[in-house]
This record gives sequence, structure tokens and C-alpha cells, in this order.
Amino acid sequence: MSQATLEIVRISGHAGPAPGEGVKRAEQVCKLIDTTTCIGCKACEVACLEWNGYTFTDTVFNNSYQTMPETAWNYWNLIKFNEHEREDGTLMLLMRKDQCMHCADPGCLMACPADGAIVQYANGIVDFQQEHCIGCGYCVSGCPFNIPKFNTNTKKMFKCTLCADRVTEGLEPACIKACPTGCLHFGTKDDMKDLANNRVQQLREHFDFANAGVYDPPGVGGTGVIYVLHDATNPEAYGDLPKDPEIPWVVRFWKGPAKWLGNLAMMGGIVGVAMHYLRFGPKQVDSEPDDKKKDEKGGRP
Amino acid sequence: MSASQAIPASPAASKSGDRILRYTLSERINHWIAGFSYLYCLITGLAFWSPYMFWMAVMLGGAPTSRFWHPWFGLVFTASTLWMFKVWRGDMATTEADLAWKKAMPHYIRNEDDQLPPIGRFNYGQKLFFWVMLYGAILLLLSGIGLWFVESIPWSLRWLRYLAVTVHVTAALVTIGAFIIHVYMGTAMVSGGFTAIVRGEVSAAWAKMHHRLWYEQVTKETSAKK
Repeated sequence: MSQATLEIVRISGHAGPAPGEGVKRAEQVCKLIDTTTCIGCKACEVACLEWNGYTFTDTVFNNSYQTMPETAWNYWNLIKFNEHEREDGTLMLLMRKDQCMHCADPGCLMACPADGAIVQYANGIVDFQQEHCIGCGYCVSGCPFNIPKFNTNTKKMFKCTLCADRVTEGLEPACIKACPTGCLHFGTKDDMKDLANNRVQQLREHFDFANAGVYDPPGVGGTGVIYVLHDATNPEAYGDLPKDPEIPWVVRFWKGPAKWLGNLAMMGGIVGVAMHYLRFGPKQVDSEPDDKKKDEKGGRP
Repeated sequence: MSASQAIPASPAASKSGDRILRYTLSERINHWIAGFSYLYCLITGLAFWSPYMFWMAVMLGGAPTSRFWHPWFGLVFTASTLWMFKVWRGDMATTEADLAWKKAMPHYIRNEDDQLPPIGRFNYGQKLFFWVMLYGAILLLLSGIGLWFVESIPWSLRWLRYLAVTVHVTAALVTIGAFIIHVYMGTAMVSGGFTAIVRGEVSAAWAKMHHRLWYEQVTKETSAKK
């Protein structure tokens, strides 16, 4: 990992360009999740906990197979179960592995004010660096997928790393290794897109899923995690998977034009009062004729 | 009444020349609590605002520390601002004298104070600053709570997260503008103003020039007591 600083393309809260940006060009890595072959076994949840050193936490039962309502700071990988009634009245049990999507245009990184707390590697992985995290929670507002989670004890944010430590060593992420059905794939973005498109073709031609498609949302520049969905026109049915995710415009404005407008306004204020002082100077207290005994402390002369 | 007019100065003034008490000790203490807590929030807030000002947080003990204390100092600032509201709300209402003064404000800016109508304890600009900071503090508190506990805002109500960011940034920028003018006027522009908020007293001449109606009121009150 001594070369790691040369493999960074984006740094959060950094004054100036990212050092090493563009020095190294790497293949974009990508995780493909085929929801049509997922059986909801949660082997990926366990593998994620094991590899990242977390213990299994209490589950929250809500009349579903789902482990808990959403991912947690120490639970980065969660299968979302959703019952979905189709137009013909038949029921589908949709299972979607939820985790960080590793956006090409990451909202968390844009929102983050801490230098180096969020980095994007040349291979596309978006990673939190807890030693630089200040625990402000801005990334929570920046993320269109509700992924970064706060550890109230350490006051640091956590999320899926796409097993950056494994990928660096040429291994697939832990969740991929554990998947028994082969619904999880890992490789370059191009290969995964080919694989996904083939599967979509198959679903359309052989399984009567006319709306099958690949979920690789362009609003965030594409993602490092892509899905094959039975019905790509309705991703919301898979448990809060947004149809057209984007970095919230408030966050874009805040981190873009608002910054420069605000800085200009503040500079303007300082220059303005300085100009006033140079042009008009301080207000002196006039000594009036009837104030004969006015003492010398009456306003600085 | 004619007898009392013969008494030249107020009891307060008689102790130390013609000095008049402008701010009580508790008013002064509270002003500086508000001032320093605002300054802390300003510096740490600017650090979180721009990467080019992140060094400010480093100077104050590191960004995680700054992030930890920022909301607590914000609570202190809001509390002292609300205390000011409790104590000064009567003095801060706009009067007819203020409206006449407001029209003549360009004269004030150009230091042509002899062309200004007489006003009470606070001028229109001071009142404007007070209300900007009061409403600013309330908005900063409400939006700040949203930012403090951002994860407690459910995903379905996430527009509240974006609203909190918008309101916090806007209110902060507006109060910063007011703060710059306030600090400039209090330290450099209005001679005697800084001494007033530190030691509490102003000269009779100062009071007559800047707040003639207030001067007449306090001198009348103190002489009536005699």
C-alpha cells in the first residue's frame, strides 16, 4: 500500500487538487448483484461481518426476513426483503443486497469538510479514512443512498469499503466470496456490465421479465455496484433503491456556488468596513460649548 | 423641577466626572459570553465551511474537537442571545424617532452626526443588529440540531436534512455580515463604544451625541430620585 497515495483521484475537504490525481490509471472495479438469483441467505452479511471484524448484532424483527431496518455503522451489508404485488396479482419476494454503491461521483465525498476523510481510489472504490473523520455527519446529507452511518462512541462514520484491503491484494470482496448462488460477481466495470446485460437479455427473452434491466444510475456518474433487476422501471420496489439518484442539489449548491458567493460576501464585508475607516474614520464625540467641564475621557479624542 | 435642573449631573456621574452607566455588569458579562461563544462557533464553523479555512480548526485543537464543541458553544450563544431578548426587548422596539433616524442614516455613515435626529438608548442600526442576531441564533439553533443529530432524521424525511444545511449556512452568512459590521463599529468606528461594553460607562457628551433621548431620560430619572 506504499503506492496508495498515487492511487487516489479524489480527496474530501482538500485545499487544491488531489496529490497523485491522474498519476495512475486503474481498471474500474465493480460488484454485480443479480437480484434475480439472490435467495436471501445472508451469507454475504455474515462474511462482511467476519472479514471486517464485527460481531453479529441483535436483529430487529419487523414481519420480514430482513435483519434490521437499514445498514448500521457496524453492519455494512444488508439484504432488504420486500413483498411486491405485480399487476397480474401474483406476489414476488424481492431481495436486494444493500451497501455502499461506490458512486463515480460520490455525494459523501463532495459534502465532507475534513481533509482526507473520504478518498476515491483510482479503481473507483470510495473509502472512509476514520483517522481523518471529524464525525460531522455531512456525508449523511450528501449520500443519495442512505449509507454512511455514525458510531456514537468513536464519533466516526463507517460504511462498506468494497473490501479495499482485499481488492488491493487481488482478492474479491468478502461478500462475493461467500455467495452460494453466484448472484454476486466481481470484476472490472466493463466486464460486469457485459455480464449484467447478458443476464438482462436472458430475463427478457426466456423469463418474461420485459422490464428487466441494469441499475447503473447515471445521476451519480454510474456506480461501482450495479444491479440486475427484474423490473428496472421500478427500483423503489426493492426497498428504497432510488429511481434516479443524484447528489442533492442543496449539497451541490452548498459545496459549489454558495461557497464562493459566501466567501465573496465575507470578503466584501471586511473590505467594506476597512474602506469606511479609510474614508470616514472614527466617530469623535464633539465637545459642545456648554460642556466646559467635559472630562478628557469623553470618547477618545 | 426647576430646582432639580440646577443639579448638573447624575449621581453616577458625580462619582467619576460626568460618567453615565450605559450597560450593567450583567449586561456586559452576557454580551461577552455571547461574543466569545459566537466567535468560537464562527471560527470552527468557517473551518467546516471551506477546506481553505480548515487550518482554523487545527489551531483550536483539531477538527474532531472543534466538531465536538461547536454545537455546545452554539447552545451557549443561543442561551445568552435569548437572555438579551428578555432584558432588551423593550429597548429594541422600533420607535418613531428611529424611523426619522433611519432616513438620515447616510449622515451617520458619513460621520455627519450633527444632522441626525435624537434617539433613545439604541439606534436603528443597533436594533437591526439585535434582531438579526436573535432570529439568526434561533434559526442556527433549530437547523444546528438537525445537523447535530442528522441520522435521527429518518430517511423518509431527508428533505429536513437538506433544509437544515440550507438554513444553517444562510443564517450563518447573514450573522457573519452583521458581526463584521458590529465588531468594526464597536472597536474602531464609534469611539467610546468599546469602553462602554467593557467598563459599562460613557461620558455625558458621548450619551448626548449618540443617544440624546436616552441621555435626557436617565439624567431626568436620576435627578428626580434626588
